[in-house]
Amino acid sequence: MIARIVVTPKPVVNDPQGITVKQGLATLGFREVSDVRIGKYIEVSLEASSEHEARQRVESMCKQLLANHVIEDYHFEIETDGHRPR
Amino acid sequence: MKFGVVVFPGTWSDRDCGWVIDQVLGAELQYLWHKDADLKGSDCVILPGGFAYGDYLRTGAIARFAPVMEKIEEFADRGGLVWGICNGFQILCEAGLLPGALIRNASLEYRCQWTNLAVERTDLPFTSKCTEREVIRVPISHGEGNYFADPATLSRLEQRGQVVFRYCDDTGHVTNNANPNGSMHNIAGIVNARGNVLGMMPHPERCAEAELGGTDGLKLFRSVAESAMKVLVS
Repeated sequence: MIARIVVTPKPVVNDPQGITVKQGLATLGFREVSDVRIGKYIEVSLEASSEHEARQRVESMCKQLLANHVIEDYHFEIETDGHRPR
Repeated sequence: MKFGVVVFPGTWSDRDCGWVIDQVLGAELQYLWHKDADLKGSDCVILPGGFAYGDYLRTGAIARFAPVMEKIEEFADRGGLVWGICNGFQILCEAGLLPGALIRNASLEYRCQWTNLAVERTDLPFTSKCTEREVIRVPISHGEGNYFADPATLSRLEQRGQVVFRYCDDTGHVTNNANPNGSMHNIAGIVNARGNVLGMMPHPERCAEAELGGTDGLKLFRSVAESAMKVLVS
């Protein structure tokens, strides 16, 4: 299985990268952009007997290492027939 | 008095700290390899600056799982002195030994410059040689030193007087202009509630000799050495 995890700065955390990219987009004429937040995308390939088990394990990975709960939020999707591209 | 300086792969300020301890202060020094689960009788453990484990994922995120960190947590629980400088501060926050986190500088720039710090606590083993509200001049060198904590944590830190150093101008005024990285409340260094774990972004080991442009950093090393002597005597 593959877990596709997205980690983003919490709304209360200032994201200077996002602000800078938003300004860049505005310079290019994308004036409709009201906000940009920049985070991380993490792909984890894992063995699990069920999607439920995979969810629990990935949840635990996020809590213990992949996200810092002080500054970041996370969400993920599990792809049960996923294979890591070679 | 024995200082232990932790070396992770990617640490870069270990020799600078070691030089100050050994050559300037004349105290006993030992390096502690990250894989060693032994503090070798250190009275004060320093987590120096650098990019431990390449700062992969987040600054300090991987370093906190090193075998030596478990011993450092036990040591801190027993009241041992733990001093995180720059990357060391980031590691202490990741390990939960200090609250909050250090995020990208608001300017998005790596900042390598002198800063003025208002010393707000002089009753600590790390700052006893400083005078009340003294302004010390210490350089910073980091891209991720922007201190963040949620409002509840921040007000708890302030109420308990856990902010030890604040970026200020040369007259001691805490201003936005004096804040080099966007840290909340101009925070440059904090201590845990018990007062034995200090984290700070500025580098005192880089201003401990006149040849380097200042000696204010040496005051902190002297404070630690003296407080450890007091413990030995009492």
